[in-house]
Amino acid sequence: MNTMNEQSTDKTALVAALREILPPESIIHTEEELRPYECDGLPAYRLMPLVAVLPERVEQVQQVMRLCHQMGVPVVARGAATGLSGGALPLADGVLLSLARFNRIIDIDNVNRTARVQPGVRNLAISQAVAALGLYYAPDPSSQIACTIGGNVAENAGGVHCLKYGLTVHNILELKLVTAAGELITVGGESLDAAGYDLLALMTGSEGMLGIVVEILVRLLPSPERAQVLLAAFDSVERAANSVGEIIAAGIIPAGLEMMDGFAIRAAEAFVHAGYPTDAQAILLCEVDGGNEEVSAHVNQVRQLLLDQGATEVRTARDEAERVRFWKGRKSAFPAVGRLSPDYYCMDGTVPRRRLAEVLTGIGELSRSYELQVANVFHAGDGNLHPLILFDSNNPGELKRAEDLGAEILELCVKVGGSITGEHGVGHEKLHQMCVQFSPAELEQFRAVKRALDPRGLLNPGKVIPQPRHCSEYKSLGTDTLIPPQQRVGGRG
Amino acid sequence: MSVAGPETEQVLQAAVQQAQEQRQPLEILGSGSKRFYGRTPVGEQLSTAAHRGVVNYEPKELVVTARAGTPLTELDRVLGEQGQMLAFEPPRFGPDATLGGTIACGFSGPRRPYMGAARDFVLGVRMLNGRGEVLRFGGEVMKNVAGYDVSRLMVGALGTLGVLLEISLKVLPAPEQEQTLVQELGSLQAIQVMNQWAARPLPLSAAAYDGMRLYLRLSGTAGAVSAGRSQVGGDPLPDGEAFWQALREQRNAFFDHQRPLWRLSMPPGAPVLDLPGKQFIDWGGAQRWLISDAAPESIRLVVQQQGGHATLFRGGDRAGERFHPLPPPLVEIHRNLKHAFDPSNIFNPGRLYPEF
Ligand SMILES: Cc1cc2nc3c(=O)[nH]c(=O)nc-3n(C[C@H](O)[C@H](O)[C@H](O)COP(=O)(O)OP(=O)(O)OC[C@H]3O[C@@H](n4cnc5c(N)ncnc54)[C@H](O)[C@@H]3O)c2cc1C
Repeated sequence: MNTMNEQSTDKTALVAALREILPPESIIHTEEELRPYECDGLPAYRLMPLVAVLPERVEQVQQVMRLCHQMGVPVVARGAATGLSGGALPLADGVLLSLARFNRIIDIDNVNRTARVQPGVRNLAISQAVAALGLYYAPDPSSQIACTIGGNVAENAGGVHCLKYGLTVHNILELKLVTAAGELITVGGESLDAAGYDLLALMTGSEGMLGIVVEILVRLLPSPERAQVLLAAFDSVERAANSVGEIIAAGIIPAGLEMMDGFAIRAAEAFVHAGYPTDAQAILLCEVDGGNEEVSAHVNQVRQLLLDQGATEVRTARDEAERVRFWKGRKSAFPAVGRLSPDYYCMDGTVPRRRLAEVLTGIGELSRSYELQVANVFHAGDGNLHPLILFDSNNPGELKRAEDLGAEILELCVKVGGSITGEHGVGHEKLHQMCVQFSPAELEQFRAVKRALDPRGLLNPGKVIPQPRHCSEYKSLGTDTLIPPQQRVGGRG
Repeated sequence: MSVAGPETEQVLQAAVQQAQEQRQPLEILGSGSKRFYGRTPVGEQLSTAAHRGVVNYEPKELVVTARAGTPLTELDRVLGEQGQMLAFEPPRFGPDATLGGTIACGFSGPRRPYMGAARDFVLGVRMLNGRGEVLRFGGEVMKNVAGYDVSRLMVGALGTLGVLLEISLKVLPAPEQEQTLVQELGSLQAIQVMNQWAARPLPLSAAAYDGMRLYLRLSGTAGAVSAGRSQVGGDPLPDGEAFWQALREQRNAFFDHQRPLWRLSMPPGAPVLDLPGKQFIDWGGAQRWLISDAAPESIRLVVQQQGGHATLFRGGDRAGERFHPLPPPLVEIHRNLKHAFDPSNIFNPGRLYPEF
């Protein structure tokens, strides 16, 4: 964890020094007021920060960073705290730096098709602001009404449309960041590339560990002339999963290709009445977009292909209202499932598409052996799974069981050549699994990168990159309830 | 030649380990087709050419993994058989150009503004760092945010951070049809038109201007191409593909010069740049080629004022700055990153910037 700061920080001195930089209302330090900052979208992990600050100007962020650098106080950045890996989990001896007040769209450039925005701007607000120009910002996480673009950059967020239009890293041009030492730097630029190393890529997805994002230049794309969504029902998860590869093999890159299993279908239907077939074992939502002619051709081709793959029913949204409804069911699937259980835990592994069916079967087996229900709603086109584990934290030991089941699911993803996280990040949550996905030398290389940008280890320390000792312990001993990965033979019966 | 694979990897690893012990600088190269790029190469040559071959190709996954020494011609053939392609349309600059060199230089062709750059398609790398350790970052999946994005950091780093061993790339289906349309236009108007079409939902896949004529390429289904054509107008160019290839490879008349060639990376809507010499606009306005004897500082100043950066691509002084000078805080970050990957400073020292 934070090795720089053995003795606990003098809170009184810190608050006094912060008062020199920020107005009183931008400094939060009483227990009562700090409570809302104790966790992000993964409430299983909670910690009260020493102090939370809400600057509204870049110079203030720089001053806060300089002060913390001087005092050796760690800093955790926070956007909207919709993160699902505990990335914005505060540190007990650290400052929580909220970017919430950086909520301005600074400039929209319709010639170069870009928008310059502050990090606290909500993802959806960008597309809304440029809609009249016939443009939009492509990455659309399901949390887009709430999450911030700064948080998106820090996590390299994706969305249902990233199969065709890419992740955050593909859709931004320039970042302004405040470094650990309080310096303001610009990486990337207004052109399509920049001189030197691709620091824009390095910063994207760095989970607040390499710099604080204070300004973003995003690329905007023309809104497609037409988008059409097909809904295919299947009586088996395997058949649905196998259809995914067939669509792509036919040379079609759908704008979105999402899958939901029976449990998720029924939960979403009960919640938002999307018109889903509630007797299906799985549905695929396939959106194709482009010019009128192209969309018509692709809709016919995909429909036939889905029927050939054994779909029991294929529907095409008749109008825009129905298209929106089909998507609404998907986008509200997490809360819909969440409604049916006191607690749920959302995982985020990726696997090669051809292993989808096999991994879903494996998850089913693990679910039975852990006696916890798992619902699957995911970005099938990208092979990005989001198993939702349902549990009740009031039952003793159940949270731990859910975490262990999650760990086994992620390690199964690594085993078939995938990754422990496709878009939610490692955060605090997946430190153990980093030891499974990466070798000691690779983890040491990550640490060296971190030192290159933050030599004193003050930006979000303890997240993402585990220490060597953690890895050796986890690999040989496991946790107090989880068998070490090296000794495991499938589920735990 | 030995069998490519574990053997050739071990040869490379041993060479790096030895170089590190002896503090011997290495010039990493594939076929050598891009030796002209960057500052003067120094050090003992370490060739990846023998470390070649496609390791894994899954057309349904849209992923190919190949060793660094794999010639692009081989990749083209393998992908072409499945109706797929490298969508960043990499230039080769030589018949034997390798995948490793292409990624290390980060070169992308005319399709870049519409489909993405080399870095956008890199999913993972296997590499040797300066300690001679074999490391793997990223992978063969479309999405992967575990740890820092080291794979993309390697793209365009000109081999200064490591020796690329294998690269996993996202590939895309080749378009059903392509058509190039030409019209005569003034330069101001050409830039306007290119940007105007890029803001519309058209199947645009390339846009260039040679000083007199605007060339637009449309790609997609037959219906999409013909619908697009009725919007953008212009006359069909009979051998459009040849035009884009010549531009990509710098083989058309514009590039037939011994004078310094500059690559100006600009915001696409930047106006016509007031610089002595002649210009050719590619990437829908975002990449401008300049042939000019003007002083580097004066070129850089004009380009920077318009939000771009300038690379001395060919010719001129190879001992001086080839790439746009970085502001001091970024120089320090670059130096620190270089040290993080290559503590003994053995990989292509000075090739990118004189400082490291
Ligand atoms: C219902 C639901 C659905 C979701 N769907 C998706 C989805 O489809 N795709 C997807 O990718 N994610 C999804 N997420 C996850 C989450 O919304 C994203 O990770 C999002 O990018 C987080 O943004 P945020 O503003 O909430 O960031 P936070 O949670 O506040 O922070 C996330 C991380 O970024 C860092 N950070 C935040 N702001 C900055 C900054 N300005 N500078 C530096 N570091 C910073 C934090 O320290 C933390 O490590 C979903 C979450 C929920 C709750």
